[in-house]
Amino acid sequence: MQRIGVFVCWCGSNIAATVDVKAVAEALGKEPGVVFFEDYQYMCSEEGQNKIKNAIKDYALTGAVICSCSPRMHENTFRKAAAAAGINSFMVEIANIREQCSWIHKDKVSATEKAIVLGRAAIAKLHLNAPLTAGESPVVKRALVIGGGIAGIQTALDIADAGFEVDIVEKKPTIGGKMSQIDKTFPTLDCAACILTPKMVDVAQSEKIRIFAYSEVEAVKGFVGNFNVSIRKKARYVDEVKCTGCGLCTEKCPQKKVPNDFNLGLDQKRAIYIPFAQAVPKIATIDADYCTMLKTGKCGVCSKVCTAGAIDYKQKDTVLEEQYGAIVVATGFNPIELTKYDEFAYSQSPDVITSLEFERITNAAGPTGGTLLRPSDGTHPHKIVFVQCVGSREDGNGCGKTYCSKICCMYTAKHAMLTREKYPDTEVYVFYIDVRTPGKNFDEFYRRAVEEYGVHYIKGMVGKVSPENGKLMVRASDLIEGKQLLIDADLVVLAAAIEPDKSARPLATMLTASMDTNDFFTEAHPKLRPVESPTAGIFLSGCCQGPKDIPETVAQASACAAKVIGLLNKDKLTCNACVAHPDEMLCNGCSTCEKVCPYGAITYESKEFRMPDRTTRIRRVASVNPAVCQGCGACTVACPSGAMDLHGFSNRQIMAEVDAICK
Amino acid sequence: MEQKNLKETVLRISGVNPRKCMKCGKCSGTCPSYDEMEFHPHQFVYMVENGEIEPLMASKSIYRCLTCFACVERCPRQVEPAKLIEAVRLTVIRQQGQNHLKPDAIPALLDEDMPQQALVTAMRKYAK
Repeated sequence: MQRIGVFVCWCGSNIAATVDVKAVAEALGKEPGVVFFEDYQYMCSEEGQNKIKNAIKDYALTGAVICSCSPRMHENTFRKAAAAAGINSFMVEIANIREQCSWIHKDKVSATEKAIVLGRAAIAKLHLNAPLTAGESPVVKRALVIGGGIAGIQTALDIADAGFEVDIVEKKPTIGGKMSQIDKTFPTLDCAACILTPKMVDVAQSEKIRIFAYSEVEAVKGFVGNFNVSIRKKARYVDEVKCTGCGLCTEKCPQKKVPNDFNLGLDQKRAIYIPFAQAVPKIATIDADYCTMLKTGKCGVCSKVCTAGAIDYKQKDTVLEEQYGAIVVATGFNPIELTKYDEFAYSQSPDVITSLEFERITNAAGPTGGTLLRPSDGTHPHKIVFVQCVGSREDGNGCGKTYCSKICCMYTAKHAMLTREKYPDTEVYVFYIDVRTPGKNFDEFYRRAVEEYGVHYIKGMVGKVSPENGKLMVRASDLIEGKQLLIDADLVVLAAAIEPDKSARPLATMLTASMDTNDFFTEAHPKLRPVESPTAGIFLSGCCQGPKDIPETVAQASACAAKVIGLLNKDKLTCNACVAHPDEMLCNGCSTCEKVCPYGAITYESKEFRMPDRTTRIRRVASVNPAVCQGCGACTVACPSGAMDLHGFSNRQIMAEVDAICK
Repeated sequence: MEQKNLKETVLRISGVNPRKCMKCGKCSGTCPSYDEMEFHPHQFVYMVENGEIEPLMASKSIYRCLTCFACVERCPRQVEPAKLIEAVRLTVIRQQGQNHLKPDAIPALLDEDMPQQALVTAMRKYAK
């Protein structure tokens, strides 16, 4: 028989206002096995924990039931207190009478009654608890960063700086991400390339960092501290070691009609290319979809001009198997497709562009050499209309996103300001619903665009853009003046909503990391653990977790690195003690548990068993790797013979809880 | 009808929730009849939310709406202003006990080319 202590927490007025805590303590005190009960204002406080410790010692308790908040909140606190008093930490049960009782009920009588039932269930379970010991697993001292944008670069540099090895996997031929496509950065207007490329060079020169560019993560196995990752290195058809990045091949290649994705299709590149001059690694890549040699076998110009002999038309994809202790997701964002927004004529006129395309047009390394020219006829636009919130802040039933994309207000102010500065004869209109500029020096920046540069900010939305005789007729409302406007614009720039990269969803499945409905990765706690995924060992950096500007991304990337360093610094990790274990005598070897296990923790082995008639028999039975098992319980539900059980949550314990509730 | 009941009627007929509106003005930016209207599409949404139905019912704006549904199609939050305008129109039509066409007014409207049946239909429609 257990000797159980019951501790009822008031949680200030959080519980005590709706639940009669004294009545709960007294009612539970009458339950079998309960030798001590007490209520207190804050059980989680130092004083409250001391009450638990003292009671354990004074009354020789073998277990404790704490009626308090969710176990997600303070289970660890109370387990530590119990362990300090000398009993096994798994002899503590939490009855959640806050989130699951006082917060959701109004009537004190029924809430008190429910709190007693919840406490009774916990007592019933505790009677069947047994001390558990958690195992340990080693930590591989290397991190994987998926995505080589500014978020991935910053995280990798910080981890490497702490002395740990880092690998960056980037699906494009070069690292740099979206920031490498941007011209200037708000609110300081410094050149994006000037601050990004030194960091890219730092990555390339770091002895601790390996870059797997033009590569993708194909499979992830294992668990925190011990991930096994398959990385597919896509064939570049260029030997990475031999290529010097001289770029001769990219000038001589006769296939000139390849859409240049780095310039968002605004101009064309050759079939063998280096995305931009400061690419890291600076290695040429052949686009297999356009290369005449790869398609027809007749060309070979690049291999003839390459003095390093780096061209290899026979190169194949290779798959690397690597081990990591931690994985950082930094998969970033993309602007949404605007083809469905017919009213803005994005697919009808080349002069209706997205803001990222505007960045390329104004970038000195872009298709126009930095001169602002209309894509249709190469003339200077004299009237530009910027439309904000295109696809952001919608109701979710259309083709847009429900969230605010956060960065558009600021980059539109930047575009408008830079246009007015370089081309003062240009009229610039910005249609806004709200101007959202929280951030250091952000609102000042926006006010400068209005006050110093004379950008016309109009509260209202564009309803229709129609191309007519080389102009774009923009019909819009001016809500403050109460007028409908018709503007004959030369260029329309749409601030498209941003969404997580399409590779994020399949990656989340591989990592068993959770996502929200918008495909942003969910954090372990929205306020207190913002850079960790709820899945142990998976960390989040940059826009994969939510829309962010560059300063925020860099801050989060460094925070993420700090968490990774904290993990890699440990030699051993304590495993989950509540793991599954099969009753080998009941197991019929059907493999159902192996198939449902999301962590790959279950394998089957052939074992010799002594039969009652003194013969031996070889039987195939399940075996659980306790270091991998997360204790989700999927196998215990799936097992048709009831052989699988979970330590700490056994079938008997759960039935005892149900019986106690139904009593 | 009381003001509150009128609002409820309009909301029930239209099935629109004006609270979804984020006041971006795209409906009025896209409306082809904007200049013909005293109250513009975004004002309809705002005024219905505030329960100001009577001025809308008295306004000629409800007959200027072409029901082209451009505002419904393009509203980023699917508030569907045209449905609200239609609902206000229907509220006017469904009003009981008021004679929009009084028998005394008929002689002035008489036109040789107008079929007699049209007058009878108008009486029947509006008298009840």
